[in-house]
Amino acid sequence: MDKDIKFFENGKRIDGRDVDELRNINIEVGVFKRADGSSYIEWGGNKIYCAVYGPREAYPRFLQKSDRAILKCRYNMASFAVEDRKRPGPSRRGVEIGKVTQGALEPALLLENFPKCMVEVNIEVVQADAGTRCAGIAAASVALANAGIPMKELVPSCAAGKVDDRIVLDLSKEEDNYGQADLPLAFLPRKNEFSLLQMDGDLSEEQLEEALELGKKGCLEVYEIQKEALKKKYVREDDSNE
Amino acid sequence: MSSVLSDIKKDYMVSLLKNGKREDGRGLNDMRDLKIDIGIVNKAEGSCYVQIGDTKVIAGVKCETGTPFPDTPNQGVFTTNAELIPMASPDFEAGPPREDSIELARVVDRGIRESGAIDFEKLVIKEGELVRVLFVDIHIMDYNGNLFDAAGIAAIAALYNAKIPVLDEEGNKTEEQIPLPMRKIPVPCTYVKIADSLLYDPSFEEESVMDSRITVTTEDKGNIAAMQKGDVGSFKKEEILEIVRRSKARGDEIRSILNEKFSDMR
Repeated sequence: MDKDIKFFENGKRIDGRDVDELRNINIEVGVFKRADGSSYIEWGGNKIYCAVYGPREAYPRFLQKSDRAILKCRYNMASFAVEDRKRPGPSRRGVEIGKVTQGALEPALLLENFPKCMVEVNIEVVQADAGTRCAGIAAASVALANAGIPMKELVPSCAAGKVDDRIVLDLSKEEDNYGQADLPLAFLPRKNEFSLLQMDGDLSEEQLEEALELGKKGCLEVYEIQKEALKKKYVREDDSNE
Repeated sequence: MSSVLSDIKKDYMVSLLKNGKREDGRGLNDMRDLKIDIGIVNKAEGSCYVQIGDTKVIAGVKCETGTPFPDTPNQGVFTTNAELIPMASPDFEAGPPREDSIELARVVDRGIRESGAIDFEKLVIKEGELVRVLFVDIHIMDYNGNLFDAAGIAAIAALYNAKIPVLDEEGNKTEEQIPLPMRKIPVPCTYVKIADSLLYDPSFEEESVMDSRITVTTEDKGNIAAMQKGDVGSFKKEEILEIVRRSKARGDEIRSILNEKFSDMR
């Protein structure tokens, strides 16, 4: 900690949340016309769009798999999404997040239904405010459902972390920058397993167990928000057809 | 789109155009619904979301300091960048900007630069040494035709929205913020030609069968600040002058919408 920050006041966090409380999350489904599926998520100060294309023929062809579709995930941040302008174009950070996002989403999808195809997930961060990868995964899973990609379940995601020696849910920007640990997670609710797990900082074994448990609880709350967003979309469409 | 399919599509569109109609029911000089949301990204110095029909773009302004170009020591630096990200279309691919996005960014850039929309001399901190460096980055989110107008409107609105920190004598940021020194509102208007008909605000389908495209950027006095004939094909002199005439009228309408939004904001 290079900055002397008071993370707790009267048991509440800097932004007034409890230790086990998520920031406000709102998901919209089907926000783009060209994409086969799309979503928009506002999660705290994060504003993230997601578009899904496919399944369509995989290219370049050497990437094709004869028994299943491949999942390509691209995570990109707009140059104006952060305080100091980010140089446009791919970054090492973005490439890694794309890769772990693919790993988080793929276990929930029935890609074996589409040999030699690809499904593309594009995540665009328009405004970043800590926890973009988790918000991106949560939005992407909903966009995949909107695209009609067969899946076993939705993939909710959220981070746990440690600030001031306490385990907290869904780190804010200050907590992320000056806290002690960050543990982004994605969770498969039906399988009861984690499909995203990254960590940096300093955690004891007991703290990790507590953080995993808290992260799982957060993911299950995100899961409900994802389901509600999809219901809202499709119930409304039914109404307008009548 | 496959060429067989677009030939059939084109025949259909041409037969509609003979009766002055378009596929989506618009008149030849009609614009799709225009939606402008200013200041949507608070991490950016200025930002704007523009929607024309189903085309959606977001522009953001960032401001840094740097050295001026040797040939313009008394002017700030201005850079426009556009990204046709894979999100926006199944045909856009990741990677460094290609022809289309570079053309788009440069046409938007010229409209703003040449109209004198920004007072570049006011962006100088120390002549020949330190100036403001402005970046306008345009993100294409959903491509359904007429990116030029959407990008141009988003860019100028984001610039009007931008607040930059006041600098002290050493060039350090202070808490105080000021708007950018803006003077004019350039507005691009894009037309396409399909079988000798001139169509304003082309849709994706119209762009996919068009013979040619032209963008005219006008400024507040009605003068032309930038033009670009795009794609293959050609225009007669009379057609060009007709498009310029229409672009001035349409530009004024969009300028008054923008002016109203800017006066609420500033």
